[in-house]
Amino acid sequence: MAGMGVQHHTFDAVIVGAGGAGLRAAIETAGKCRTAVITKLYPTRSHTGAAQGGMCAALANVEEDSWEWHLFDTIKGGDYLVDQPAAEIMCREAIDAVIELEHFGLPFNRTPAGRIDQRRFGGHTRNHGEAPVRRACYSADRTGHMILQTLYQQCVARDVVFFNEYQVLDMALVDGRVGAVIAYELATGNLHVFHTKAALFATGGFGKMFKVSSNAHTLTGDGPGLLYRRGIPMQDMEFFQFHPTGIYKLGILLSEAARGEGGILRNAEGERFMERYAPTVKDLAPRDMVSRAIQTEILDGRGVGPDHDAVHLDLTHLPPEQIDEKLPDITEFVRTYLGIEPKTAPVPIQPTAHYAMGGIPTNIDAEVVVDTAGTVVPGLYAAGECACVSVHGANRLGTNSLLDIVVFGRRGGRAMVDFVRGVDRPEVPAGVEDDVRARIDAIVGGAGGEKVARVRADLQAAMTEKAFVYRTEESLAAMGSVLGELRERYARVVIDDKGPTFNYDLTEALELGYLIDLAEALVVSARARTESRGAHFRDDHPLRDDANWMRHSLVSRGRDGTVELTYKPVVAGDYLPMERKY
Amino acid sequence: MAGVDVELRIKRFNPDTDARPHWQTFQLQADPTDRVLDTLHAVKWEQDGTLSFRRSCAHGVCGSDAMVINGANALACVELVRDAVGAGAGGGTITVEPIRGLPVIKDLVVDMEPFFAQYRSVIPHLVNTDPVGDRERLQSPEERARYDDTTKCILCAACTTSCPIYWGNSGYVGPAAIVNAHRFIFDSRDAAAEERLDILNQRSGVWRCRTAFNCSEACPRGIKVTEAIQEVKRAIVYDRV
Repeated sequence: MAGMGVQHHTFDAVIVGAGGAGLRAAIETAGKCRTAVITKLYPTRSHTGAAQGGMCAALANVEEDSWEWHLFDTIKGGDYLVDQPAAEIMCREAIDAVIELEHFGLPFNRTPAGRIDQRRFGGHTRNHGEAPVRRACYSADRTGHMILQTLYQQCVARDVVFFNEYQVLDMALVDGRVGAVIAYELATGNLHVFHTKAALFATGGFGKMFKVSSNAHTLTGDGPGLLYRRGIPMQDMEFFQFHPTGIYKLGILLSEAARGEGGILRNAEGERFMERYAPTVKDLAPRDMVSRAIQTEILDGRGVGPDHDAVHLDLTHLPPEQIDEKLPDITEFVRTYLGIEPKTAPVPIQPTAHYAMGGIPTNIDAEVVVDTAGTVVPGLYAAGECACVSVHGANRLGTNSLLDIVVFGRRGGRAMVDFVRGVDRPEVPAGVEDDVRARIDAIVGGAGGEKVARVRADLQAAMTEKAFVYRTEESLAAMGSVLGELRERYARVVIDDKGPTFNYDLTEALELGYLIDLAEALVVSARARTESRGAHFRDDHPLRDDANWMRHSLVSRGRDGTVELTYKPVVAGDYLPMERKY
Repeated sequence: MAGVDVELRIKRFNPDTDARPHWQTFQLQADPTDRVLDTLHAVKWEQDGTLSFRRSCAHGVCGSDAMVINGANALACVELVRDAVGAGAGGGTITVEPIRGLPVIKDLVVDMEPFFAQYRSVIPHLVNTDPVGDRERLQSPEERARYDDTTKCILCAACTTSCPIYWGNSGYVGPAAIVNAHRFIFDSRDAAAEERLDILNQRSGVWRCRTAFNCSEACPRGIKVTEAIQEVKRAIVYDRV
């Protein structure tokens, strides 16, 4: 194939990914150090734009609130696996971060007095669990869209340099520090070596390892995947969030804001079943608990639909004008994809794979840390969903992801500016792109007869069957075997497109490799954790076990394919673990 | 759900092998509630992996997969098979082409750079140098509602590439750029309305619009695009926003 020429570029900092975290970091580095933002999409296509409900900050614009309450909710919501000092930073800086977005021009909904309006969201409470609190700042049900647009606008205002539709496939370390990032240009099939002092990965999630998922097709874990292959461990991979309300079969997200605005979950008998599972906050319990409640209702035969494998989200009692004003997009999704009018009929929903709590381990300055001692890789940063700070612990609260990307994108950008000022640029040896070239050549030249789409579909189906809301030793062991077979099949994939121009056949094959690696990391971590905590629920070990498991997992994979687990302690704080009731 | 037979006619072009675009037809089975995007994936994943098209979110919010479906601009992930083949039909033909007015690179992938350059030309960001302090600027719900519609834009280019003026004159900034200017011109917090109106008062600006309404029909977000353009025209003529 033509293409695969090599071009070299020189920057001080490279940001990989142009969603909320990457763009927020770019705003911080703009004008301070020469920065390239590399994205395999266009920035405005990033999945931050699909976030709906809101971004929590204790502004107390509509009722009493404090960042300490937000912190408590975040820690309890995360089932005490949260590093408390990191979560404190997030909840304190949330207030300023929201105000800053408003100053950037973000069109928040307003109170009659003209302040940023706030609404209820799952797990966010007044005074340590007394009752739901209005903490989520929002822009209708397209808050993520407005954050993405606003941050992109601010990047345009600052002349940020973008390399759009360049897919990053490798990173080169030179003497233990970041030296280069290697990207594949979709339009030409050429390789690009970005020589740099620092790189911040902000590539988002990897929910496409599951069949039913709210994630975009492009959320394939490229950043964590390529770093994992370079020896960077992944933290807390067993904790993957299943959002309770995905559109039946399609998995498209219906925001928790629907319940924040008063929506109710009902089983086949019409019962508001969350009253049994979370008597105080009911439908606004955290996502892990609501998803388990839904699965339990379904398993106990109280599901709705022809296969009794869904429950209803009921909005029919809400005033139609409230739906039009506060939830216009998600109700339109329901009309488009289900042909149902949510003002008059309940909506069938089921849990959908949504968010990775785990990922690239970082400290509070978004520096990547590689061991239990907190050793950093000089020049390497990560922020947003691909990172694990850990502020979400075992289960992220709704809205805290938008907060995470803005707070830690900003901190990462700042830290990177400071770092690049103090160091010279490493001398990168010739041929750092050779590994990528070899990988691409192997796929383009492959002749084994396996189709990428079939291997991927089998991965997604098996992960949804064996590593979803409920897990057991048996299901995870079976998944481990499936992954072994999938890895063998992956080595035999063959693609139709051998050309250099917009060869998505090739990039889908490369992405599948990351999904398989990360699925294995998830399954190995989940199998080892013989307790239930947050989003990780083991039928065979249904209780939380603080004595043995109040610790973060770190999984790494050797060149020979052996996967190893180590553990590091949770960073404690003022809040002591207690039973999680809502 | 009973499947329907779909004949998918796709306008293909590979710059490495083709002198000009050509049509290729694929036969497949689809559910009536499948997205047109699902049928493109069925072709790409099961029949011909060389087919190239952009897509990401698959539910109408990222703006990647605007294309011409049965002659009209739409997002492939929002248009359903049952609507594309006609109500009550046991099957039918769906034609898919790249959006018009931007250079085709490969198959359904067009060069988006001219489109984003036009977007950047209208100062698409809030301008306000007044000191702000540590609280939010105030804005009443009514002021916020004034520009609500145009904040929905996802920059998919469905509007701009449906515009017959744009097809004939790529120097016209096009509906999407005007929508994004409108979003700030009518924002009570913004201070650069005059500069944007000056930009849109030039030969490349709003006066190219002949109110064909194609843009409003094409917008997958339901933005009243033509109305937004008219509001900008009025703001220029009457010197007020």
